[in-house]
Amino acid sequence: MIKLSNIEKVYQTSNIETLALNNINIDIKKGEFVSIMGPSGCGKSTLLNIMGLLDEPSNGTIAIDNKPVEKFTDKDLAYLRNQKIGFIFQSFHLINDLSILDNVEIPLLYRTSTNKSRREAAKEALEKVGLSNRMKHFPNQLSGGQKQRVAIARAIVGNPEIILADEPTGNLDSAMGNEILNILLQLNAAGSTIVMVTHDENMAKKTHRLIRLFDGTQVS
Amino acid sequence: MLFNYIKIAWKVLLRHPFYTFITLFGITLTLTVLMVLTSFIDHLLGSHYPEYKRDKSLYIMNLTIQDSARSSMNNSPLSYNFIKEHIQKLKTPEKVGFSTFVSFANSYLNGKKIKLNTKFCDANFWEVTDYEFLEGKPFNEQNIANGEHVVVITDAIKKQYFEDETASAVGKSIEIDNEKFRVIGVVKAAPVTRLMTFSDVFFPYNLPKSNYQTAGLQGNFTAIVLAKSKSDFKAIQEEFNASVNRIPLPIALYGQKYDVIEVRAQTYTDTVLHTFMSGGREIYFYIGIVFILLILMGLPAINLVNLNVSRIMERASEIGIRKAFGAPSSALAWQFIIENIFITMIGGSFALILTLIIISIFNDSGLILHADLSINFSVFGVSLLVCLVFGLLSGVVPALRMSKMKVIDALKSS
Repeated sequence: MIKLSNIEKVYQTSNIETLALNNINIDIKKGEFVSIMGPSGCGKSTLLNIMGLLDEPSNGTIAIDNKPVEKFTDKDLAYLRNQKIGFIFQSFHLINDLSILDNVEIPLLYRTSTNKSRREAAKEALEKVGLSNRMKHFPNQLSGGQKQRVAIARAIVGNPEIILADEPTGNLDSAMGNEILNILLQLNAAGSTIVMVTHDENMAKKTHRLIRLFDGTQVS
Repeated sequence: MLFNYIKIAWKVLLRHPFYTFITLFGITLTLTVLMVLTSFIDHLLGSHYPEYKRDKSLYIMNLTIQDSARSSMNNSPLSYNFIKEHIQKLKTPEKVGFSTFVSFANSYLNGKKIKLNTKFCDANFWEVTDYEFLEGKPFNEQNIANGEHVVVITDAIKKQYFEDETASAVGKSIEIDNEKFRVIGVVKAAPVTRLMTFSDVFFPYNLPKSNYQTAGLQGNFTAIVLAKSKSDFKAIQEEFNASVNRIPLPIALYGQKYDVIEVRAQTYTDTVLHTFMSGGREIYFYIGIVFILLILMGLPAINLVNLNVSRIMERASEIGIRKAFGAPSSALAWQFIIENIFITMIGGSFALILTLIIISIFNDSGLILHADLSINFSVFGVSLLVCLVFGLLSGVVPALRMSKMKVIDALKSS
């Protein structure tokens, strides 16, 4: 489903070159739940961002459904992100000026759909994460756990095949973290392919496969 | 989608009331100046009372004669003879009316001097123009042929001259420059800016003081040629030019010989521009207008661009989120342009209200006699267009910069 070959990411400042990722080769199969672990600054989030086409590698190739994306235009990449991928971020990244329902609708705004069908899909996604009673609230009226559930609803509203979660429980207490993990496990059971960056060994154990990074290099 | 964009724009406006105030104040001020200017230009050049048929009329105002070396020139309105021979005989127009430019006369009432603007005109003048008769009727061919001392006055003069405003002035006598005239009609006064039609009193053209029988091509008169439709303008101009070309040359005047005649049947706008900017300098007028518009719109737009660009980082998170979930750059660019147009439209609405107040004060001030500045559909249409252009001008640059941000940079910056 997602194939990364010889991925390298170099950050260049005025006279310092930092190698964030070095020779990464990963093949994520359809329906897998893969976790990525490693110490802080080892390149986990960079890897996830490259996988989700939010960032470009300095070298190497990415293929989604066996199609290399190097030559894709901005529009093609946007289309792919919109149709195939749903993101969950550690810091939620909700738009504070929009209601919960409007936030969840965002991925559908860039598809051809009617206002009514968008509303219905967003309500359905919020029901799945148990937040149907908060639809008209705004993000700053919610707790951290609730915000992350909104972020999950937004990630799944367009039924993407891939969900990329960057430390989705990082800002939550353990009870809330488990609740979020359970939602992700349910989504995976329903057929979604999930890649999750985590610091929590216990959570990683519940996934199908664990990829470990150290100083930008894949160690397992 | 559009509703979503507007909702965000509204929230952004509410987020920083002071910034919003400054932005809207700038937009409102700029657009108010533009709307008042548009209304003023429309007042001067548009089809308004008593010239509603301006867009179907050609005006012949001046006749210039020059010697072959073009070193000597004589520029003056038309003679009655010229009008009779070369304008009234035209077959293409629907009607031709003529009148003198405004001149002045005095009238005395109970020892008090009333200064009057006077005009001599023919019977057709009342048909090529649209003066509203509040009382009585215009003088006709018969009145003129009989040499009757009749006069049409405006309601403003009636109010000044006759003590009883409610009683009809028709049939009453009015003394102007020591001559008595019978009032035959009372019309609603027109603004002083209607150069070809404004006056306080209107006399038949053949009264002795008009000197209508002067010899030669030049005299005191101007003509309004009413076409059946605008599409006839070219044919009328061709027929008129052909008639003028038949005038035998050279023309002798005050011992000088003139070989070139220049006289044009033009639209009102061209006539005015040609009069004030002769020698093909009309183009400078248009360049001037465009320059003023650019300055008036450009400077605040650049200011708004700067303000908008400086606020990109504030919206970076939103841009990152939208891009992450599939928004292409073009959709984001449109979002910010639409937001800007929305803000400009709010400013435009305030400007419209402010403009209505300003022109109402201006109309009542008497700075321009009987001024009737207004916001009509064309002024409103131009204003709306100006709002859109302003919104686009100030929105495109920030929109492009925002939409080109890398997703990851946008997300990280929040």
